[in-house]
Amino acid sequence: MASLLPRALPRHLHPVAWWVWAVGLAVACSGTTNPLLLLLAVSVAALVVAARRGSSPWARAFRLYLFLGAWIVVLRVVLHVLVGYKVGQTRLYSLPSIDLPGITLLGPLYLEGLLAAAVEGLRLASLIACIGAANALANPKRLLRALPGALHEIGTAVVISVTVAPQLADSVQRVRRARVLRGEGGKGLRSVGRVALPVLQDTLDRSLLLASAMDSRGYGRRPEQAASARRLTGALTLTGLLGAAVGTYGLLDATTPPLVGLPVLAVGLLLCGGGLTVGGRAVRRTSYRPDPWAGPEWVVAGSGVLAAAAMLVVAHREPSAVVLPLGPLAPPALPPLAVVGLLVAALPAFAAPTPPVRGQR
Amino acid sequence: MSPHAAVVFDGVTIRYADSPAPALRAASFVVEEGELAVVAGRTGAGKSTLLGAVNGTVPHFTGGHLSGRVTVAGLDTRTHRPRDLADVVGVVRQDPLAGFVTDTVEEELAYTLEQLAVDPPAMRRRVEEVLDVLGIADLRDAPLSDLSGGQQQRVAIGSVLTAGPRVLVLDEPTSALDPAGAEEVLATLSRLVHDLGLTVVVSEHRLERIVGLADHVLLVHDDGTVTNGDPASVLAASPLAPAVVHLGRRVGWDPLPLTVRDARRAAHDLRTTLETVPVPDGAHGRAPAQDVLLEGSGVTVRHGDVTAVDGVDLALTDGEVVALMGRNGSGKSSLLWALHGTGTRSDGSVEVRSCRAGSGSAGPHPVTVTPVTVAPVSVAPVTVDPARESPAQRRRHVGLVPQSAGDLLYLPTVEAECRQADQEAGAAEGTARSHLDRLAPGVPGDRHPRDLSEGQRLALVVAVQLTAAPGVLLLDEPTRGLDYPAKDALARLLRQLVADGSAVLVATHDVEFAAGVADRVVVMAGGRVVADGAARDVLCDSPAFAPQVAKVLAPLRLLTVAEVDHALAAARPEPSVTAGGGR
Repeated sequence: MASLLPRALPRHLHPVAWWVWAVGLAVACSGTTNPLLLLLAVSVAALVVAARRGSSPWARAFRLYLFLGAWIVVLRVVLHVLVGYKVGQTRLYSLPSIDLPGITLLGPLYLEGLLAAAVEGLRLASLIACIGAANALANPKRLLRALPGALHEIGTAVVISVTVAPQLADSVQRVRRARVLRGEGGKGLRSVGRVALPVLQDTLDRSLLLASAMDSRGYGRRPEQAASARRLTGALTLTGLLGAAVGTYGLLDATTPPLVGLPVLAVGLLLCGGGLTVGGRAVRRTSYRPDPWAGPEWVVAGSGVLAAAAMLVVAHREPSAVVLPLGPLAPPALPPLAVVGLLVAALPAFAAPTPPVRGQR
Repeated sequence: MSPHAAVVFDGVTIRYADSPAPALRAASFVVEEGELAVVAGRTGAGKSTLLGAVNGTVPHFTGGHLSGRVTVAGLDTRTHRPRDLADVVGVVRQDPLAGFVTDTVEEELAYTLEQLAVDPPAMRRRVEEVLDVLGIADLRDAPLSDLSGGQQQRVAIGSVLTAGPRVLVLDEPTSALDPAGAEEVLATLSRLVHDLGLTVVVSEHRLERIVGLADHVLLVHDDGTVTNGDPASVLAASPLAPAVVHLGRRVGWDPLPLTVRDARRAAHDLRTTLETVPVPDGAHGRAPAQDVLLEGSGVTVRHGDVTAVDGVDLALTDGEVVALMGRNGSGKSSLLWALHGTGTRSDGSVEVRSCRAGSGSAGPHPVTVTPVTVAPVSVAPVTVDPARESPAQRRRHVGLVPQSAGDLLYLPTVEAECRQADQEAGAAEGTARSHLDRLAPGVPGDRHPRDLSEGQRLALVVAVQLTAAPGVLLLDEPTRGLDYPAKDALARLLRQLVADGSAVLVATHDVEFAAGVADRVVVMAGGRVVADGAARDVLCDSPAFAPQVAKVLAPLRLLTVAEVDHALAAARPEPSVTAGGGR
């Protein structure tokens, strides 16, 4: 595999490959409450981000996702202490309990309950770390360019919000400084309105400017589509979505006949795809240097899928290995297959091409 | 009317729904293929409307009613929307960052082509060509937000050039740039006009930069009518003219020179006449200042690991206007905010001499008396560090008008803003309004601040800041977007403030404005002060900062047309004047 050679040319990996990888890792995390496996997954995500992120602003945001995750763990534990349902044998200490109708505040605290809450928090945190990793590795704007033509408009709306959002932070800061120049402390509830109004005006102005610039640069230039084609698009997409919804319901609800599950979902998705194709036919635009899908993309996406598959297999074969044993309390197991799966997911740190270094100025 | 004309306006009247008078009235003109037309006019006169109408943004995007006919390369904007004209008209606006859709230079250049569904090989070829034409090939991977203003504006031009338009429309492309960035963009424009034969329609406040390139000037009057003619004849009668044209009119040169080069060749006799007149001492002929009102020593500002201001010593004395100059990113704004005490100051000290440190005595000034007087000498002056004061106290010592001055305003009417300003400053009712009337008479009280002209809005912000009666006023780039009469009004206002005993520090790129208003000029580069001296010395000695009159009359050290006026008056008794002034 040429991509594994150390001298692969620097280039952006296809963003969809990063997302498949990240979602695979997230699926693996969601299948376990084993803290060892969860921490391993987060470390794998962090390793890959550290090795292969670019120099863009969102690439630097991975730390924020980690902070958010840590905060979630803390919050989950605090909530457990405050209002959680306390169970277990190992009593840590007793707080006076306050009985309210339907809920008990504080009360005795058990080690088991506390650990369960912390592990639950950790699982959510690791999911967030996986999504954060995808965000740091795949440029959202490049991802949107990979969307099918019919979703072009939605993609553009997202591009505008992605572009305007950082500027929003700028104008909030600018306006707050201006408030201080008029002698206000810049804090407190009253100042929120005074900051919000100019910021809102500013954002609207910017959005209009951007929209006008896009208009004069040919955005949305397309021939009028025939009425029949428009109706066909609508019908296909609507039926497809309906089918997909029913299919998903059938898949999740065990009592429905098996025919309503997977087959309906598949047919629904197919119809959606047809609708997008028909709708996208009218959009005439080309793509400058589209991201190729080559060997490294297969490796990256495949490693994520493998990690998820390994975890699911382990969860099916020995369910006790992927959870933290709480009754009785015991150290978590370390199922080899799941560990190998997660380690495979670390492969992109070496197999993916390095992102190109942006022009040094 | 030639069938090949690039832009044809035929009796065009444009009226917006909520305004009583049309923005453009019966405008008829033709811009032929390969010409450069400069659109001039006061702010709010309808320049942007005219430019927007060229590619149909007005009225397709903005709304409003257009009567008459606009055709671009034979296509009627009535039936062609802006997006349909994307490969015929390229539009570049004032703030390049606001119009960027992608992240990097190369992607931005390709965006228009992607929308036009150009096939990938042709797309790559055109992107490469444009990279070369604009000399930005080395920036191809650079993130757009990391570029300097001039580079950003060149990328903006490139991003519309890739589509191969026949007409390029630019709405004040240099007004957000420093002189170096503006030069870059104008050099690019000149190259596009001369080498590629592109038709260009461009509006610009600082006509001195561009009028030398122009084939036409389209002067938009306040009532919306448009005069079209060759630059010399249009500018001969217009109040909107660069200093060199004013000089030419004053001395009576014919043909009227438009560039420093033309004027210098015509000015031989004038120079000999003026040689006999001694150069005035101060720029504004006043006594040297006595009292230091603000003193910063060793002021250092660090943002992360970037040192924006590096140990600057600066003292402001009463009765003097100091101009702070230097390229973008040289630390001017950071210094201003640090001196004011609101921005970060990593090191050094700032002391403001205050005669009313006790907050109780900070009461309102009587409105009838000149409002910005420093308190009587009998009160012992105290020095305070503005950064240690509360925001409300701070603005009684130092006022700051930031770059985007409109941020200070948030109420729906001028009247409400003035009342609020009085309350905030604890001043007598009507103080802010009286300041405003002094600065810009006749601003309607029920108008929304956003609907004011740039000059009026700036005056309102200055009035709000003056209501707190600070002894020192700092202004950051106040001339941006101001036309010549508004700049003159601002200069008069600043002179009046210092005559009342204040100190004023104004950061500006505009050398003509600095020449007209400043007693002292401080030049910053890389966070350090590289020059600090009398305006005449600093401005005349530097080729970059010399105003037009100084360039025309060098080695004579005169800065403005007004000074030439005085000098001529002084030289009048001598017989050689008539000859010197005549031709």
